[in-house]
Amino acid sequence: MSVLNPLVTNEPPLVQPRRATGVLRQALTLGRTRVGVALLIIVGGIAVFGPLLAPHGPQDYLGLLPNQGASAKALFGTDHLGQDVWSRFLDGGREILLLALAATVIGLVVGVTLGLLAAYTKGFIDDALMRGMDVILAFPSIMLALVAIATLGPSYWLVIVAVGLTNIPRVARITRAAAQPIVERDFVAAAEAIGVPRLRILFVEILPNVLSPLMVEGSLRLTYSIGLIAGLAFLGFTPNPNGADWGVMIQENYVALSVQPWGVVLPVVAIAFLTMATGMIGDGIARAAAGIDRTRSAE
Amino acid sequence: MSTTPHPDPLPRAGEGYLGPAIVVDKLRISMSSGSRTDIVDDVSFEIAPGEVLGLVGESGSGKTTVGLALLGHTRRGVQITGGSVRLGDSDVLKMNDDELAHLRGRVVSYVPQDPAAALNPALRIGTQMREVLEAHNFGAGAEARTQRVAEMMREVALPDDPAYLNRYPHELSGGQQQRVGLAIAFACRPRVIVLDEPTTGLDVTTQAHVLGTVRDLAAAHGVAALYVSHDLAVVGTLAMRVAVMYSGRIVEIGPVLDLFRSAAHPYTERLIFAIPHLTGGRELIGIAGRAPSPGRRPPGCSFAPRCEFVQDRCNAALPELRPIAVGHRVRCVRAEEVRGHMQRQSTNGVHEERASQAAVLTLTNVNAGYRRTTVVHDINIELSRQECLALVGESGSGKTTLARSVAGLHSIRTGDMLLNGVPLANAARNRPREQRRTIQYVFQNPYGSLNPRRTIGHIIRQPLELFGSSKDIDKKVAEMLDRVSLSATYAERYPDQLSGGERQRVAIARALVCDPQVLICDEVTSALDVSVQAAIVDLLASLQRDLGLSMLFVTHNLPLVRSIAQRVAVMSHGRIVELGPVDTILKSPEDAYTRRLLSDTPSLEVALETAESG
Repeated sequence: MSVLNPLVTNEPPLVQPRRATGVLRQALTLGRTRVGVALLIIVGGIAVFGPLLAPHGPQDYLGLLPNQGASAKALFGTDHLGQDVWSRFLDGGREILLLALAATVIGLVVGVTLGLLAAYTKGFIDDALMRGMDVILAFPSIMLALVAIATLGPSYWLVIVAVGLTNIPRVARITRAAAQPIVERDFVAAAEAIGVPRLRILFVEILPNVLSPLMVEGSLRLTYSIGLIAGLAFLGFTPNPNGADWGVMIQENYVALSVQPWGVVLPVVAIAFLTMATGMIGDGIARAAAGIDRTRSAE
Repeated sequence: MSTTPHPDPLPRAGEGYLGPAIVVDKLRISMSSGSRTDIVDDVSFEIAPGEVLGLVGESGSGKTTVGLALLGHTRRGVQITGGSVRLGDSDVLKMNDDELAHLRGRVVSYVPQDPAAALNPALRIGTQMREVLEAHNFGAGAEARTQRVAEMMREVALPDDPAYLNRYPHELSGGQQQRVGLAIAFACRPRVIVLDEPTTGLDVTTQAHVLGTVRDLAAAHGVAALYVSHDLAVVGTLAMRVAVMYSGRIVEIGPVLDLFRSAAHPYTERLIFAIPHLTGGRELIGIAGRAPSPGRRPPGCSFAPRCEFVQDRCNAALPELRPIAVGHRVRCVRAEEVRGHMQRQSTNGVHEERASQAAVLTLTNVNAGYRRTTVVHDINIELSRQECLALVGESGSGKTTLARSVAGLHSIRTGDMLLNGVPLANAARNRPREQRRTIQYVFQNPYGSLNPRRTIGHIIRQPLELFGSSKDIDKKVAEMLDRVSLSATYAERYPDQLSGGERQRVAIARALVCDPQVLICDEVTSALDVSVQAAIVDLLASLQRDLGLSMLFVTHNLPLVRSIAQRVAVMSHGRIVELGPVDTILKSPEDAYTRRLLSDTPSLEVALETAESG
């Protein structure tokens, strides 16, 4: 060994660690992410805790006429059946939010797995998987969900699966595109050379390197799922047609829009805020991730 | 400047003018925001017409920043905050945008490192050459310009027929692209030319041609050239004078012979000892520590923390760049002692031949390639126990494909591979666990071979977990880090917190942690600075000795072979053209290809001997 052997340095690290959590933290310093999170907390809070605060049950009749304006008994008036709009609004968010979350999770789990598999295996499996995804992509999301629900009848699991299915190919494409350059890098070859199992290579070596685009895609898919599920409910494809779903509310009350707007305005504003919130958070994450990638490539 | 828009700032050489073509004085370049830290400080030099000044330094020393400043250009986030760059009467740093536009390419031109990135892939090379002439209104008309383009093509030894000029950059080889880059740079007959590592990434033979072209053109047209490079051997071959940069300052400047034979700055001395030599094998000695980043420079000499000559006064104040011999200046208070020290250092060979033992790895009639083409033909080699065999060849010679086949990372191959007499399956995945443990691979690029999302501890621990030695994992990781001269605290860090050399140490630790028998090193030093390369080669050589490893050392760097290997196999076009002991092959090669490779490899020793005899 050389005279001046140890290159041991105890200098503090030159670069601070920037992990996936670092991207989130960075995103939270951006105004748009903060606004998005604030909106999400407000609308999410209404959806989650609303039922506890509702003055009446969602299907209670208050003895008032339908489509009445605001009064002391009904804060935002009554709907087409004479039910309390405010109570139904507070009650109708939880379902849509849960269904959208579940559909997004399905889309992410299956989509990420397929995308990683396609990027890693290349060749025939890649082609087969991605062409399959293209077939699903060829149908408009709402069509696909409508056909599934129309044939099998509306049930919670079917709405989740149908909407989740429309998410899968989009997530898979993003994952595959992000993973392709990672797969070519030598640390993957290094893992192969010592025989690390394939699944471990996919989920332990490759997945952490594609998290940033996936976080963006996840929030985008949540946005679309909310819109899609609300849209399905509006069209009457909901497992609980008498329930107080925001989409159902819009459908029930839009005829009386000029007389009693609250039954439509409240759920519309809530859905709009919810999708804006997830969209802004996704955008914030995307910007933070891009910023970090920029500084990294400049090193 | 304002009265005459496009004056020639300088009379030409041979027109009775004898002064320097360009004078850089007390140049200072800083970050333009935040701390405003100096990146380059107090850099002064001059270049005479027809002279080549080599500017050497390791990555981050500021050499490219200085080179760009000669064109009045800085990278984003950086600005020139002091000093002057004078061409005759005018100061480049005081020019406005119009004057700079006229200056660049016409008076001072630039040859970038990567010709493939510098040429526009969508334009024919003839068009790109004419573009420069048109931009500077060079030549009387279209006819004269066409003639000038043809003339330039001949000067850089490329065909000048219209068919060739109609080619796109991707239809040219790397060396041809770089020669087009040179032709463009010389097209308007500039006074000064800045060459930023123009031969990095080229094969030695191509490099030799490009260097020859640079030297001839500079001499023939009286052009002052600044040759920025990290490669001392190349600079020694090409330049007349050399300036050594360290941490943003020139630490030593002088005539090639004087500077390399009797370096007066400890950094220069260490740098010279870090270069592998083609003749007279020698242990490579790295430089401990790393260069301070611009914001962290000590108040005194920047090199003091790594210097073996350090005294209190070194840390007290920054030493002046003072003359020590004719035309030789140095920034060190103990320069006289360093000079003496350098001359006393002997070059000792490290090659004790090892008695050849049983073969660990035997390759018989191995062919490898891709679906339609075979890139490795008929390889027959044996790797003995505790032996290091170097596999040398230029890019495209198939050496990496062969190495990857041995490691099971390239599975399209035929022929027999035996590990301790047992056949090896093509793909690593199909080999038994024991075989996978026995053969380990270190990759070329430490920036790609470590997962950026996992800690160093995780990375080194993975093979241990996989190969079942589950006890004392943390202790073994710490031991391994110590073996590769990293402190145990590195286990907590992530790869992007490490320098290139440190990353490569981690990659070596990962390969050695489960006691392999065969270590394959694929160009492991090519992404590293020379002083770091020396330290890594030194580390590998000592590990090989201590652990009794058999090593397959793949490299394009012929001089490096002497510092690590006992035998060498030279590969060309997928075949082994010569195989034998290092000394025999480097001293008396029999194959024509090996001879050409040897003669084209720039060597500081040879350059200095030529300079002395000339």
